[in-house]
Amino acid sequence: MSETLEKPAPKAALSIVGSRPVRPDGADKVTGRAAYGADFNMPGQLVGRVLRSPHAHARIVSIDASKARALPGVKAVITAADFPDLASEELEGGEAAANLRDLSLNVMARGKALYHGHAVAAVAAVSTEIAEAALERIKVTYEVLPHVIDVEAAMSPDAPVLHDHLFTEGLEARPDRPSNIAKKHRFARGDLAEGFAAADVVVEGRYTTKATHQGYIEPHACVAAWGEDGRCDVWSSSQGHFMVRTFCARLLGLDISDVRVTPAEIGGGFGGKTTVYLEPLALALSRASGRPVKMVMSREEVFRATGPTSGGIVRVRLGAKSDGTIVAADVELTYQAGAFPGSPVGAGAMTALACYDIPNFSIVGWDVVTNTPKVAAYRAPGAPISAFGVESAVDELALKLGMDPIALREKNAVKDGTKASYGPTFQNIGYLDTLAAIRESEHWKTPLGPNQGRGVAVGFWFNVGGESTAAVHIGEDGSAAVVTGNPDIGGSRASMAMMAAETLGLPIDKVRPMIADTSSIGYSMLTGGSRVTFATGMAVVQAAEKVTGELCARAAKLWDVPRDQVAWEGGKAVCLDAAKDRAPLSLEALAAQSARTGGPISGQATINAQGAGPGFGVHLCDVEVDPETGQVSVVRYTAAQDVGKAIHPSYVEGQVQGGVAQGVGWALNEEYIFDGEGRMENAGFLDYRMPVASDLPMLDAILVETAPNPRHPFGAKGVGEVPIVPPLAAVANAVRGAIGVRMPDLPISPPKVLAALDAKGG
Amino acid sequence: MARVVAGSECWPYTGGASEFEVEAGTVREIIAALDARFPGLGAFVDKRMAFAIDGEIHQDAWFSPVGPDSEVFLIPKIGGG
Amino acid sequence: MSKIHVTTTVNGDPVEFLASPGATLMDALRDDLNLTGTKEGCGSGDCGACSVIVDGRVVCSCLMLAPEAEGRRIETVEGLAQGGHLHPLQQKFLEHAALQCGFCTPGLLMASKALLDANPDPTETEARYWLAGNLCRCTGYDKIIRAVLDAAAELRQERAA
Repeated sequence: MSETLEKPAPKAALSIVGSRPVRPDGADKVTGRAAYGADFNMPGQLVGRVLRSPHAHARIVSIDASKARALPGVKAVITAADFPDLASEELEGGEAAANLRDLSLNVMARGKALYHGHAVAAVAAVSTEIAEAALERIKVTYEVLPHVIDVEAAMSPDAPVLHDHLFTEGLEARPDRPSNIAKKHRFARGDLAEGFAAADVVVEGRYTTKATHQGYIEPHACVAAWGEDGRCDVWSSSQGHFMVRTFCARLLGLDISDVRVTPAEIGGGFGGKTTVYLEPLALALSRASGRPVKMVMSREEVFRATGPTSGGIVRVRLGAKSDGTIVAADVELTYQAGAFPGSPVGAGAMTALACYDIPNFSIVGWDVVTNTPKVAAYRAPGAPISAFGVESAVDELALKLGMDPIALREKNAVKDGTKASYGPTFQNIGYLDTLAAIRESEHWKTPLGPNQGRGVAVGFWFNVGGESTAAVHIGEDGSAAVVTGNPDIGGSRASMAMMAAETLGLPIDKVRPMIADTSSIGYSMLTGGSRVTFATGMAVVQAAEKVTGELCARAAKLWDVPRDQVAWEGGKAVCLDAAKDRAPLSLEALAAQSARTGGPISGQATINAQGAGPGFGVHLCDVEVDPETGQVSVVRYTAAQDVGKAIHPSYVEGQVQGGVAQGVGWALNEEYIFDGEGRMENAGFLDYRMPVASDLPMLDAILVETAPNPRHPFGAKGVGEVPIVPPLAAVANAVRGAIGVRMPDLPISPPKVLAALDAKGG
Repeated sequence: MARVVAGSECWPYTGGASEFEVEAGTVREIIAALDARFPGLGAFVDKRMAFAIDGEIHQDAWFSPVGPDSEVFLIPKIGGG
Repeated sequence: MSKIHVTTTVNGDPVEFLASPGATLMDALRDDLNLTGTKEGCGSGDCGACSVIVDGRVVCSCLMLAPEAEGRRIETVEGLAQGGHLHPLQQKFLEHAALQCGFCTPGLLMASKALLDANPDPTETEARYWLAGNLCRCTGYDKIIRAVLDAAAELRQERAA
């Protein structure tokens, strides 16, 4: 079961926030009515298909599409020549700074194919069969080049170089020749040598993770129509339709105002839908054919050409006093970026030691390009990889010191006033309470069975705020429409409606949330970074407060009292001047008279939310290892998280449980496997093995609400990303407990476990 | 004077210096002051860095207030999944 | 190649459509009959998002050819709610917050219905193994399993009443 730990509520009791109503879009989603990316069609639409590179690294010598164009029913064939050749420029609007030229080259290869599956051409035809026949008739002449997948091999001086213009950033001096090392990141404090000299115990390890995919069940899909007047419409499933608008406009040289993007329901993203793949191609095909074009990826294309996150290498050395005080930490991270610079190694470095108060440390991160798909954001990008290494090393330290792993973490825990490893001073964090929640859990006190082991690991994520718009419109019957610009990826309509209802004093079923297209609501950054309930939620509350302010003004007019004599309490305008003896006016009553008192009542708020509170997670995992097969089963799991305040606790628990499941998959099964030619060998759900229902136990979530975020009207912190950070090490530490051998290389698959047991002399 | 601390990202502009006393009441004034001292750093910081003002992260927020005794850390901008 | 005329029953209604010999039942449901509640997640029978019930058995509609639907009785998510009332499974999925993005939900509902039709009182383990062919990437399955077991209890009560 799941539970909540909280201090007594400081302000007026909440009636809706913190409860568990049915989500407003629920009926649509259990009846099949909800329309996702592939569920939309336009009259006369064509089918778009992509021709992808069969080589991991190759020069494109020529493309001859004449035979494809000649095929009856083929309406357009496009290549990079149909897109502007864009200069290198940093581009805002996505998840992090993206490079416009790299984005353009990733969407459609120009001159060189950089990974197996890289788009080199696309066709639009009247049917799927004809589109696929057309792809076979496009003749591409390649000059195959040596490729490199492994991140350490890519760093070696004799590695094939992907980009002749790539010179390592962040070194003391600019290197004299290009390489695959895009950037060096450094964070340091104190004196590392002094720290290790003062240590009584030192542990050291090298930990590796493989590239894993976000694994959303809905493949990328869109429909695009380029009008004769130059106005473009895109319907697509993404984590941000404003992101799609910006990226499409820039890639195709359009004005923002000529692109309208309508968000479809999104069937999962986890960071993987924070960029574009198909939309610019569908637009270009529509321009070339004069017809709307629908494109849907196959699962194989999703694996080969989208996502994944980095594979990485984490080297960790920790030094501690015999009482457990960690005095020195040396961490080196090496992350695969895929075909273009921009792995999440910076965030991996900033989060690596964020749970610990360590006086002397050095963290170095390397961003390395490889002949694999360009990585995309994946839930707390970068953090699970570094946490896997650091939390495994902390577990080793606990074993070496003979210390309880929770006590060791408590001893070194950051708290309010601690300077974070990445710089700023922590405030309003609930990390110690989160550790205590696990220490006091029934799970922690329950003994293990045979062949079982228990692992503890912790994790951190910053959470972000950013730009959001919200509008609240009052209907003449006293109901409210809440309009925002953030796709609902996991139930955010519910939290938006709840925060509006709480502020307005309306029952939840009188509030209808909706997500508007790019022409119908103001700019909103994408749904990601655990920002929507925090930032867009703040915008919703501010918009609702504008509405209550206007309702009070209308009441003041009706009562003929000064505006400051009216307050909004419990869903009613109340006259504060008792001598006037005015009966309170409900929202319904004021709405009914709105035409006569000044017209429709609406409120809009636009914000750039700052001060998102960071979140901490503490996870406890029990595994059972089958000594015959090496199979690791997670038999019990409890995750506690510092959430500030849960607006809809069920969906917060769901975020925690979902993050855990993804992390367990990352730890035990999931990996990109490449053959000698650099082709992914397991590009399907049968061989890329994500957790299924029978792989997992119930996942207990403890929501810690002792440190509400003072910036948010109800105290919410972002919750979606933290829960994927600890599981990799929580599972690995549990396996160490069960078999007595450290498994430093993910995934911890049965053959590896058997080999470890054999080596141990079992 | 606010104390501004810049990490290794900014060293190419500062020649390795990482702590500065800056007279500024807002983020925008910090950017201007840094640029005056190290030409080019202002634009770099504006584009790439977030401002952690007394522990609270501000991104793309020119008018976020900075107190006379504030500690301001420049950290790479943060995204997420 | 010429299309094949198929006569079948979907959610109790007689329907006819023309199918290419290679078209799947999923294609026919989504493209010819406009029943887009059935989702495509993989096209290879690995994710279960396209699960429908054919003559009482749960099948991946992406693995069944459309012409094979001739004379069968097909149930899809669109037929689950009856007379304007949600099926207990649908209701319990909502009450338990057993969906986040909702994309796998139609397939999970149909697989769960087939489970409860066959086994009105499944254990947690039985439910987990029955639903192992339906991938969900959002929830970690916890709330889905709770919803299915709760719906089973409610259906048993309804039957007993």
